Amino acid sequence: MENAKGIVFKYGDNVDTDVIIPARYLNSSDPAELATHCMEDIDKEFVKKVKIGDIMVATKNFGCGSSREHAPIAIKASGISCVIADTFARIFYRNAINIGLPIIECADAANEIEAGDEVEVDFDSGKIYDLTKGTEYQGQAFPPFMQKIIDAEGLVNYINAK
Amino acid sequence: MGMTMTQKILAAHAGLDKVEAGQLIEADLDLVLGNDITSPVAIKEMDKMKVEGVFDKDKIALVPDHFVPNKDIKSAEHCKCVREFAYRNQITNYFEVGQMGIEHALLPEKGLTVAGDVIIGADSHTCTYGALGAFSTGVGSTDMAAGMATGKAWFKVPGAIKFELTGSLPEWVSGKDLILHIIGMIGVDGALYKSMEFVGEGVKSLSMDDRFTIANMAIEAGAKNGIFPVDELAKAYMDEHSTKQYTVYEADEDAIYDEVYTIDLNSLRPTIAFPHLPENTKTIDEITEDIKIDQVVIGSCTNGRIDDLRCAAKVLKDKKVASGIRCIIIPATQAIYLQAMEEGLLKTFIEAGAVVSTPTCGPCLGGYMGILAAGERCVATTNRNFVGRMGHVDSEIYLASPAVAAASAVAGKISCPCRL
Repeated sequence: MENAKGIVFKYGDNVDTDVIIPARYLNSSDPAELATHCMEDIDKEFVKKVKIGDIMVATKNFGCGSSREHAPIAIKASGISCVIADTFARIFYRNAINIGLPIIECADAANEIEAGDEVEVDFDSGKIYDLTKGTEYQGQAFPPFMQKIIDAEGLVNYINAK
Repeated sequence: MGMTMTQKILAAHAGLDKVEAGQLIEADLDLVLGNDITSPVAIKEMDKMKVEGVFDKDKIALVPDHFVPNKDIKSAEHCKCVREFAYRNQITNYFEVGQMGIEHALLPEKGLTVAGDVIIGADSHTCTYGALGAFSTGVGSTDMAAGMATGKAWFKVPGAIKFELTGSLPEWVSGKDLILHIIGMIGVDGALYKSMEFVGEGVKSLSMDDRFTIANMAIEAGAKNGIFPVDELAKAYMDEHSTKQYTVYEADEDAIYDEVYTIDLNSLRPTIAFPHLPENTKTIDEITEDIKIDQVVIGSCTNGRIDDLRCAAKVLKDKKVASGIRCIIIPATQAIYLQAMEEGLLKTFIEAGAVVSTPTCGPCLGGYMGILAAGERCVATTNRNFVGRMGHVDSEIYLASPAVAAASAVAGKISCPCRL
């Protein structure tokens, strides 16, 4: 899997899926349309500034609340190449793996990396490099079963391949 | 080493004698659920799969309930997509407007969820059915698609937190107050990836509707599922509503729990979660200032059942909703609506100056039927008070029981029946 590399958008604890993509936009399931409203209730600048390859970093319990898969879909369609967090809420975690949005858990990286830093993630080793600060972190590797789903770029491809 | 209730159910559905926390398993599914928001995405994903059709047309439930009756053209298109899929695949349990209710109130009422089942639903509050001793958990649309296609889902076997309940609930204190108290105590990620098992002699004093409310909000503590032991009350409920075979699983005496909490139900007080997280709880006694409100919502998959409406009616009987307050009451299913009508509860609500709506999730997730403007405050019996959840990002939601919500509607500020 290719490394992710980009500029960081940083958020705090308990970023819920209602703020990632508010329900008032859930009458659409088009990824491109959802992406135009991603994060707008807590960060109006996000959709204006985000570039393909950028990285999202947050602290505890990222993606809590509603099971809406529209949340990781919106993040992925906005161009984000990886989400790093201290912990993920469990439904978001499943959804991200299932749709092929790379995510990685690492408490130190989540706490120390700041908005605007340039960060690179090596998915094979689980290493996270803050290129701005010159720091390095070891993220949590996926169990082999989940890695297979990620390598297949999502659950649908994984099931089709089986 | 023994297994928890949840672990036993998962082991049985994975064809294993034993599982332990952290183990990855593939389990057979007894029911796969979706609604009008999540099913269209699942249907699109299923179309990409190389499968003939659904694994079992009797084990899928499709409930358009979120933006239904259709709130706008786009929602109507989503519902049409779900309806056409249901007809094409001859889905037995598709619920059209008229039969439709809020999914997590409707499915137990229709007898589709019973003890010992493994259930996934593309809706986070699918954990509700733990009240009947089922393992049920929320997933996303792709998991729903895979579940509909294969009848299986992968799970990481959860560890568990045990809540040992003693005593019984005082007057005007309900299951909602208990679960808000617990979330306030352990936090919104306090049970992350884990089961919450509610046990002890205190369980017997909880009505089925209380148990549904408690299991429903396990997700608000980050839990994978919430589950109750199956007692005579739960069996009577299933006997009344279902013809499905059920299996009762009990936790082993030497089951492993990551944490154990003992809660004396007698000590609980009406509890309110302040903006913008369900963990920001205060008891009514800790609220000393006047918190003026604009709207009250009584309903949702958390608190739209008949006990909830009876409680609200008891408070609103011969009283008036305060001037300038919008009080919106939403029975969760058609059967509950009818029951409330027959018992005269709807009359009480309307005479008090409340409005009564057809079943819908509408306002709970800021869909429609009660959206908040900037600066407005709502007391809601729903489950989430996140930023912008019910409307404008500068609005505020206070989560509470039906008793507190109804009393607040009368007082025009956060209150409880004992203060009226």
